Amino acid sequence: MAKETSSAQGVWARKDLLGLEGLSAQEIETILDAAASFKGAPVSDALASRTVAFLFSEPSTRTRSSFEMAAHRLGAHVLGFSAASSSLLKGESLLDTMKNLEAMGVDYFVVRHETSGVLEPIAGLVRASIVNAGDGAHEHPTQALLDLFTLRERKGRIKGLRVVIVGDILHSRVARSNIHGLRALGARVTVCGPATLIPRQIERMGVRVSHDLSAALEDADAVNVLRLQLERQKQNLVTSVSDYFQSFGLTAERLKPFPDCLVLHPGPINRGVEIASDVADGPQSVILDQVANGVAVRMAVLSLLDQARGRG
Amino acid sequence: MADLLITGGRVIDPSQRLDRAADVYIKEGKVADVAAGLAKKSGLAGAPRLDAAGRWVLPGLVDMHVHLREPGRENDETIAAGTRAAARGGVTTVLAMPNTEPAIDNASLVAFVKAKAAAEGAVNVLVAGAATLGQQGERLTEVAQLVAAGVAAISDDGRPLMNSELMRRALEYAHGCGVPFIDHCEDLHLSGGAPVHEGAAAAVKGLRGAPWAAETVMVLRDIALCELTGARVHIAHVSAAQSVEALRAAKRRGLPVTAEATPHHLALCDADIEGYDADFKMNPPLRSPRDREALLEGLADGTIDAIATDHAPHGPGKKALGLAAAPFGVIGLETSLAVCLTRLVERKILTPSQLAARMSAALASILGLKGKGTLRRGADGDVTIVDPRASWTVEADFESKSRNCPFLGLRLKGRAAAAVVGGRIAHAL
Repeated sequence: MAKETSSAQGVWARKDLLGLEGLSAQEIETILDAAASFKGAPVSDALASRTVAFLFSEPSTRTRSSFEMAAHRLGAHVLGFSAASSSLLKGESLLDTMKNLEAMGVDYFVVRHETSGVLEPIAGLVRASIVNAGDGAHEHPTQALLDLFTLRERKGRIKGLRVVIVGDILHSRVARSNIHGLRALGARVTVCGPATLIPRQIERMGVRVSHDLSAALEDADAVNVLRLQLERQKQNLVTSVSDYFQSFGLTAERLKPFPDCLVLHPGPINRGVEIASDVADGPQSVILDQVANGVAVRMAVLSLLDQARGRG
Repeated sequence: MADLLITGGRVIDPSQRLDRAADVYIKEGKVADVAAGLAKKSGLAGAPRLDAAGRWVLPGLVDMHVHLREPGRENDETIAAGTRAAARGGVTTVLAMPNTEPAIDNASLVAFVKAKAAAEGAVNVLVAGAATLGQQGERLTEVAQLVAAGVAAISDDGRPLMNSELMRRALEYAHGCGVPFIDHCEDLHLSGGAPVHEGAAAAVKGLRGAPWAAETVMVLRDIALCELTGARVHIAHVSAAQSVEALRAAKRRGLPVTAEATPHHLALCDADIEGYDADFKMNPPLRSPRDREALLEGLADGTIDAIATDHAPHGPGKKALGLAAAPFGVIGLETSLAVCLTRLVERKILTPSQLAARMSAALASILGLKGKGTLRRGADGDVTIVDPRASWTVEADFESKSRNCPFLGLRLKGRAAAAVVGGRIAHAL
């Protein structure tokens, strides 16, 4: 493991990015700083001889596009697998697939999988770098990093911020990664939603729990609105979409008393389900900033991992 | 039938309130005498001997919750390998669960397992028969014929009967045929197939959790049906504090309900799960530290009668799928005695005599086994010899065909020095 670091590159010695749990504040800031420099100079040949393979067992438009753009801007070759080939991505054969691609010379795997924790036993068994692009309800680290980047850019800091995450916390990898990242950097986090969608004992992650969105928004610096999957109705976790919107939808009326509160959303948006259209497109929304920042953040992650792998 | 003279040990037999230095003489496979100074008797000079100096001599351990996987899943375990694992762990009698492929749901399958065990088994094998055909939860098996073929209990282990009326009928048949019903208590809707307990670990890992109530609602249902039918109901692998409390209240009212807990639920909780390591995945799941404390209290006060492993082998590869996708179950036969010595006796939760009762006499009593769980004259010559001072580390060199053990790497104190089955030495260190 390399310990030497220049101030421009900060602290980073990991081959993989599987999650934000366990990352230090310094490590997270290293990524955010690198992202800031890529945002200023968005083309590089840092990964000119590298190949990045995408293994996505779930459909994704924006995360995948964002990663592909990041890889292209770093000069890397990109190899894609579609969701239809996901039989290659079940359990054990996921490792076999990766070993085969690695033998062809793949340097990175960007993986999205429906199973929480699927990458953990695999990461130590391949030489290539693995980037978690979302595993089940566990983590989605680059999404949380771009949320942190956007918050820091707008508010100048993370430490001491009050952030509300509202919605389906139970099934949300975005929520878990955000909680780990925000806590590591010293923000205060409240998770908000119906009791059916808040995991029991989530308080152990260092967050407050609220079932009242307006109360939770008091003094909030930002609210991160999670997408509500419509299938939660069939599972009786949500009574109806309109009932959910009444209680937990972010509306202009609800947001009005808090003009300094930024509105984030990981996309894709269900307008009129978890967020009102005018709020999503309104002055407090930073949703498109998030999307723009995502490319720089993913460039930062890919290049830092490459350096660590090169040294390791 | 073998003769054996076990000399110089500390004989601990709670069935006779015995705890003193004595020799044990087994003649033609049965206990002939337990007394000091037998080794010096001239008439026994020629008997084969087993030196037990510095060791404990217990009635052979019984494990009433074991999956031998045969027929059908011989890559995971076989009767031969599973019983060798039992012998190595000091277990001289196992009750084989019926969820094989096919399930043990008719007399000829019972005969198959018994014949195979007689030919290849290292220890005594008892058989549990399925409650419903194919364990499908629809039609009752021919319980009387199963019992006539020699099953020691009826159970649809792993496939709880969600239909309470069917459960009632199964209990009535088991009761009428004189065997206990062993129930895996799980409300399948509440548990939803969740890989871990609904608590802090599930919240952080982003996994669905099975709430404690998924177990307790079924324990309460079974207690009600026990009272309704008068049947002997045995609750398998109790894991939740509220289930212990329900059982305590039922026993206070004199209902014929008994219960077991596993060594892993007694020793571990959900906070001990390492990452997404599927060797910590079993059903019911490891629960909270508070639940574990309640199990220890229940074990100490007798609410939980027995310790049984739920030895559930899964062959190479299956556990590599991680917590979410891997099958449920862990092996336990080769570590149960040692884990209990280390975590229960060493920490003064149970006395050595209480441990012997919970791992032998109590199970013989629940299953109505004559000649097991005791070293009385005339009992079967099944003996477990314990080295209470042996210090060792659990390694993957198991006799079992599988290695899915949550105790790998754990340092333990005490282990089975020998296992004697009907006067024959089935295992010796």
